[in-house]
Amino acid sequence: MARPGWQNKLKQSCRVPAYLLRILKAAPKIIKAACFIFFICISVSARQDTINHSDSTLLLSEERLLAETFQQAPPADIRAEDQPNDPGNAIIVNWNLAPGDNDKDSLVSGYLIYRSDSPDGDFELVSTLPIGTTQFTDSGDHLVNGKRYFYKVASVYPVDTLFSSVSGAAVPVPQFFNTRLIPIFLFMLLFSGTTVAFIIQAGKGRRLYVRPIAGINAVDDAIGRATEMGKPILFVPGLGDASRVATIAAFTILARVAKKVAEYQTRIIVPNYDPVVMTICQEVVKEAYSSAGRPDAFDPKDVYFVTQDQFPYTAAVNGTMLRERPATNFYMGMFYAESLILAETGFVSGSIQIAGTDQLIQIPFFVVACDYTLMGEELYAASAYLSQEPQQLGTLKAQDWGKVAAVALMIAGVIVYLFSTGAGNSFMTWIMGG
Amino acid sequence: MPNDIWNTLMNLDRRWVYLVIGLVTFLPILVTVDTPVQITSEVKSVFDRVESLPEGTVIMVPMEYSPDTMAELQPMARAVLRHCFSKGLKVISTALQIQGVLLIEQDLRTVANEFDKVYGEDYVFLGYKPYPDIVILNMGENFRLPFPNDYYDNDLDDLPMMAGVSNYSSVACIVNINATSGVDSWINYANGRYKADLALGVTAVIATDYYAFLQSGQIFGLMGGLKGAAEYERLIGRKGVANKAMTSVSVAHVFIILFIIIGNVAFFASGRGKRA
Amino acid sequence: MRREVPLTIVFVCGAFMAFQYFVPHHVSATIYQYALNWTIIIGIFTLTVGIGSLINLHYDRISKRKERWQYSIVTLVALAYMTILGLLSPNALQDPKSLLMTMYFYVLSPVQATMFALLAFFIASAAYRAFRAKTLLATLLMLSAVIVMLGRVFIGDFLTGWLPEGMRFSDVARYILDYPNTAAKRAIYIGVGLGVGVTTLKIILGIERTWLGGGK
Repeated sequence: MARPGWQNKLKQSCRVPAYLLRILKAAPKIIKAACFIFFICISVSARQDTINHSDSTLLLSEERLLAETFQQAPPADIRAEDQPNDPGNAIIVNWNLAPGDNDKDSLVSGYLIYRSDSPDGDFELVSTLPIGTTQFTDSGDHLVNGKRYFYKVASVYPVDTLFSSVSGAAVPVPQFFNTRLIPIFLFMLLFSGTTVAFIIQAGKGRRLYVRPIAGINAVDDAIGRATEMGKPILFVPGLGDASRVATIAAFTILARVAKKVAEYQTRIIVPNYDPVVMTICQEVVKEAYSSAGRPDAFDPKDVYFVTQDQFPYTAAVNGTMLRERPATNFYMGMFYAESLILAETGFVSGSIQIAGTDQLIQIPFFVVACDYTLMGEELYAASAYLSQEPQQLGTLKAQDWGKVAAVALMIAGVIVYLFSTGAGNSFMTWIMGG
Repeated sequence: MPNDIWNTLMNLDRRWVYLVIGLVTFLPILVTVDTPVQITSEVKSVFDRVESLPEGTVIMVPMEYSPDTMAELQPMARAVLRHCFSKGLKVISTALQIQGVLLIEQDLRTVANEFDKVYGEDYVFLGYKPYPDIVILNMGENFRLPFPNDYYDNDLDDLPMMAGVSNYSSVACIVNINATSGVDSWINYANGRYKADLALGVTAVIATDYYAFLQSGQIFGLMGGLKGAAEYERLIGRKGVANKAMTSVSVAHVFIILFIIIGNVAFFASGRGKRA
Repeated sequence: MRREVPLTIVFVCGAFMAFQYFVPHHVSATIYQYALNWTIIIGIFTLTVGIGSLINLHYDRISKRKERWQYSIVTLVALAYMTILGLLSPNALQDPKSLLMTMYFYVLSPVQATMFALLAFFIASAAYRAFRAKTLLATLLMLSAVIVMLGRVFIGDFLTGWLPEGMRFSDVARYILDYPNTAAKRAIYIGVGLGVGVTTLKIILGIERTWLGGGK
């Protein structure tokens, strides 16, 4: 077999030794073998590290890699300052995230917050926080007004916990006025002032119109019906306690109903859920009987406490309806899931039913099952409507102006939002046909 | 006479309606049907929030339901607790409704035992105090004000989990499972006054009232009734009572709609519609 | 004096509580805390008034042999039984097998659950009886109710799955809950909020006095 021309030429011109040529030919195989031995050594080394640190979830080789990528350091720029608008029992501590704190594969596992009353004193651990946190509010009775506090924040790395420098002194100080609440305060003053102004104006004899409320107008007819039928009237003051405005409105309607009942010489039954409400209802009914000139006709046992448990109370009232078959049922105050159970039972027992509540969810149930329903603020207005006192009517006017202000603020808010977000310009362009 | 039929339907004894509703809610429980449940964004956002919390974070799950509402809220509460414990979160709970305290304590303990959680280290039950409004306000200042001791009479400061946990600012968020009017207090005080991040789990009958708060951002999530519970069960990958009951709920909805249709047809066919 | 003293207390306490909200100082917070504690204490003591009323009422029914007086005996026996059971076994709450817990889980729980479950039956009968398309608005209300009911369960999407996304019952139900429902509720909330403010002011200023026992 003839040699190629270039090999012969090379052999003749350079006279390269034959062993060198053999080495050159074998070079790729030698490199492959070296690489193989190198990788075997590397993997054995990594495996050894893993075995030595079997508790760790990270391989040390990876840790080293991460540590090289992110230089480990404590959180920087620690600032501690008094929390504003508080009773002087809170300090806010802020810091910058430590290197390596990110959402994915975070090298930092969390932060430790330490507090001391001296920059050189013993620091006490006060909280452990997750990654991504840059603020902590230290609050509670352990912080003393006027005393200086110092903070340190530590970043927790897989191997090391690195402490920041000590923050500047922070002194918890109480404030006398919560400046964040200024808009609410101004609105309260404005609303109260308007209400008082209308009360004064009404007191001077200015006549104010109040639209008729069908549910209130029906009260007298309902009591007349009970008298004709010789059956009692049931008044349910709801599940609210005496501090609820709906319950207070219920007292007003009860006073009116009880007075008519006393005049017509019929009977009123008032089962109660709350003992305080029961006491007030007893007083209201007693007073109504006295003012009707029939104090002896009042039976305190007709205004009684049942239980402070929602469904046992409902069961008891339902039982009363089915036994006594009242001619008229009043449901006034706060009602929850029992509203329809009561009203349907009342319907079955053939009573005329008048309800009033400010619990929005229950209004549809009452509307469906009762003859008349006072919705939300109508219940509150009942007091003014029934008494026809100028001062009471004046407050209704203030309420109406409050609504006008609310609507004006809403419109202003929508306009500001539209134009501040640029949506307004697009809207105007669209209006103009652009 | 067709008119007689319509008049009969108009004056139908309500007990027939009760019987039908009783049957259509009871019978589907006997058969196992995997009813599809669509996941809504308001439930998903509760799940996502809990899911995003790192292990060891403190979360508050106050529960206010009693035997009457437990059919709806117990599956929801258990699903949320299972999610929290499976994520390694630390749970603080209260029961601000007297009739539900024993039930809620049992629920919390049962779910914690499923995950081998240790009382005082992984969860704390503060129990009951009267006047929920005032208790919620007080907890905004410090849990130790209304509850110097927990339900089992341990000093809160003796419980390792409570170290450094003072008030709502110490918990990542609050998921309130509530069947009472106390929901409003959590919104007004815990969120309004103390700016706590709040999500609600409520009965279906009151759920519609809280969409306004969802839209305004005062609550970050809302679970309504069995449907909400069924969604959460699916999200955590563990279908339970709520999913089983969804067939009954779905069939009952259809039958109530049928009743409305029949009632209206009878109303107009009997000639009462014209008179009205 | 019978009226002036309580009215003065109400004015002072009401005005203090209104302004306290704006004052974060710990002196204000301490007084506020003190008032809250008193509310709880008074509330608990008033329960004795309620229990007294309950016993009085049922004792009267039994002694006068009023209609179905036998049920009053059941009420009083149950009241006494649960009270004694609780007092005699203070650790009963920690023991799931205690008699108190047994009564709670096997008597009270099913009875309460049954009462709430009645709502389902009453909703159905009320819907059948009263949900009528008498007017255009009533018809719209009824249609909304049907869409929301179907949209909340799988049947809604089963029926309308062929429609493009955004038009299905579940989407329309969500739209109804998010917009018309929320808008109407906010309007009522604003009215209720202003009503609460005005009523509170009337009580603080002594214009509204029925809570004192009726009349002026």
